[in-house]
Amino acid sequence: MIQPAKPELVTVNIDGQEVEVPKGINVIEAARMVGVDVPHYCYHPKLTIAGNCRMCLIELGMPAVDRATREPIMDEATGKQKINWIPRPQIGCGTNVSPGMHIKTQSDMVKECREGVMEFLLINHPLDCPICDQAGECKLQEQATGYGRGYSRFIEQKNVKPKRTQLGPRVVLDDERCVLCSRCIRFSQEVAKDDVLGFVDRGSYSTLTCYPGKELANNYSLNTVDICPVGALTSTDFRFKMRVWFLKQTNSIDTESSVGANTVVWSREGVIYRITPRQNDEVNDTWMADSGRILYKQVQSDDRLLPAGSLADNLAAASALLKDGGVAVVGSGRSSVEEQFFTARIAKQLEAKSCIVARHGEGDGILVSADRNPNTRGALVTGLITGLPATELTELAADIDAGAVKTVLVVGEDLTAAGLSADQLAKVNIVYLGFHANATSAAAKVSIAGLTVFEKSGTYINQQFRLQKFASAVPGLAGATDDRVVLAQLLAAVGGETTGSDLASVWSALSREISVLDGLAYAQLPDTGLLLDSTAWSGLAFPEGETLHYQPATAEATA
Amino acid sequence: MNLQPETLARIDEVITHYPEKRSGTLPLLHLIQEDIGHIPEEAIEWIAEKLELEPINVYEVVTFYPMFRRKPIGRRHIKVCRTLSCALVGAYKTCSKFQQEFDTKLGKVSPDGEVTVEFVECLASCGTAPVVLIDEELHENVDEAKAKEISDHIKAEAAQRG
Ligand code: SF4
Ligand code: FES
Ligand code: FES
Repeated sequence: MIQPAKPELVTVNIDGQEVEVPKGINVIEAARMVGVDVPHYCYHPKLTIAGNCRMCLIELGMPAVDRATREPIMDEATGKQKINWIPRPQIGCGTNVSPGMHIKTQSDMVKECREGVMEFLLINHPLDCPICDQAGECKLQEQATGYGRGYSRFIEQKNVKPKRTQLGPRVVLDDERCVLCSRCIRFSQEVAKDDVLGFVDRGSYSTLTCYPGKELANNYSLNTVDICPVGALTSTDFRFKMRVWFLKQTNSIDTESSVGANTVVWSREGVIYRITPRQNDEVNDTWMADSGRILYKQVQSDDRLLPAGSLADNLAAASALLKDGGVAVVGSGRSSVEEQFFTARIAKQLEAKSCIVARHGEGDGILVSADRNPNTRGALVTGLITGLPATELTELAADIDAGAVKTVLVVGEDLTAAGLSADQLAKVNIVYLGFHANATSAAAKVSIAGLTVFEKSGTYINQQFRLQKFASAVPGLAGATDDRVVLAQLLAAVGGETTGSDLASVWSALSREISVLDGLAYAQLPDTGLLLDSTAWSGLAFPEGETLHYQPATAEATA
Repeated sequence: MNLQPETLARIDEVITHYPEKRSGTLPLLHLIQEDIGHIPEEAIEWIAEKLELEPINVYEVVTFYPMFRRKPIGRRHIKVCRTLSCALVGAYKTCSKFQQEFDTKLGKVSPDGEVTVEFVECLASCGTAPVVLIDEELHENVDEAKAKEISDHIKAEAAQRG
């Protein structure tokens, strides 16, 4: 594992308590480190500082020194160095800590500031909370509870602004709710690099707008919904569907590419309602692509492979075919590490060739990489493959044509999409395991219904060789079986060494047999993953280009 | 959008005054409005390209300042002061007179295309209130009679132009 450099520390005083915090961080972050909340709207740790909402006002003081002699000025009464307090409040987001800095976050002045800012923010804010999607995760609601006066002194007419602007295909804007923090504007400029949002007009008429004729349509647009502190920006998909407090949160991983953005899956009673990014400063910061958020729809998609026959019968039929010899194994870069481990073992037991199907697309330089399999690295680590996979299975096709292969075990892939003809499929017996139906499952002698990533648990290894875990958010489709369990039982049925199929047993085998996984256990994996030693594969020319927090290996290595 | 060669030359020159190109946004908007009278959408996009910005960045500035006009105005811009001193001695009457003379409404282009009448805030000549600024020229003590006089003068000029 690569350890980050130890940051230089400075001592500051927060509400009378001396604390050591990393040099250069701002007051909001310093306070957060000691469990003190400084309320804020416009500040976002992954965006530049705008300093426009003024919610984060604090009192600031510095130790007094004599100008002429540079000697500390002592306070007679306490015997300590005197503190010069700045008479006016300062913004915490725009103030970086320096040695000896004194900060008050709970003084009367600070409290009055917060109340004042809240009162101004609320005078034009609509009373929408009962119908607002943000309710329950709204910063304005939270701060109003803490610092609102509870009744309004405003007797004038509230402002009227556009209520329902479709900013792009996935984002709706309610301008009356906007607190003009500019987070969405800065996100579009700085992260998505699609500068289309801005404020027009001024004063209480300021209105968030997309440049006329343009759209907020980039593949990162929904991050603006996540970071909007209020309910001004909402997701077309999630809008009015569910109250957030009813939803269960499950940690997961975005499977759309080898970036492996960390996610949270929000579900209720077995139904998923939305996917949002989960902060991982080494992988995706606080962002994820829009394309990864709709993947939950595969759980209830029309092309799901429906279970047929009992698992025992299917396994018996499958193992009979496999034991007959002449087997080839097509594993998947979409399978979890655990599933790939069993797939590799089945191949080994049957002395079959194994491969996976590569899936390439254009990398966007942010959080979708060129390798559209989430777990190509897992296939390497588990020994399912030894070199980089190809998009077309030409070797398998040749082997089928030559009559060398009688049976193909296919995990999740569609062989026709990987270059095999219907003729070639017809020449072999196919055993298929996967969650969606395709030409291969239709041609299969035995097809076993598996689960989507949202219905099972396991790990993936992303492009950085970071081992990351995901957990099942919703129960699996009735009658379908966890792919890991199916593969473990299939391995046993073809005479392989039996290991329990539960995660703990699989991991004890994994850590015993695979040297880079030595000493690891599923239960102990940190939520933000663990970087593995990748030197064994440093010679491979992986397809990924640069993305957030990822630099491809040097040109020589990839050449 | 047809800019005069002089405007284009001044634009290129003014950009060199700033360490960052984007600082040229305001001066460019002024120069273009001086030249063609208002800021059409085309101008916003033209400036954005010229200063390597996105159109939204220029659009924000245009809408922030009320002095930038999004629509064409009349040949002359009649700005009637309505701040306290002027208001007290009849600025509203003066303004109505102008509107009546040119058969127009506040902020609109008169049917003959000659003028646009608008209220503005203090023109810093309170001692000679009511005051009216027509383009760059200050007119003092403009009561209704003087407003009529000025209007006639403008109409005469228009007739002469043919
Ligand atoms: S829409 Fe939301 S994120 Fe954007 S400026 Fe308004 S409050 Fe801030
Ligand atoms: S968070 Fe500091 S001014 Fe908005
Ligand atoms: S009030 Fe009209 S010029 Fe000052």
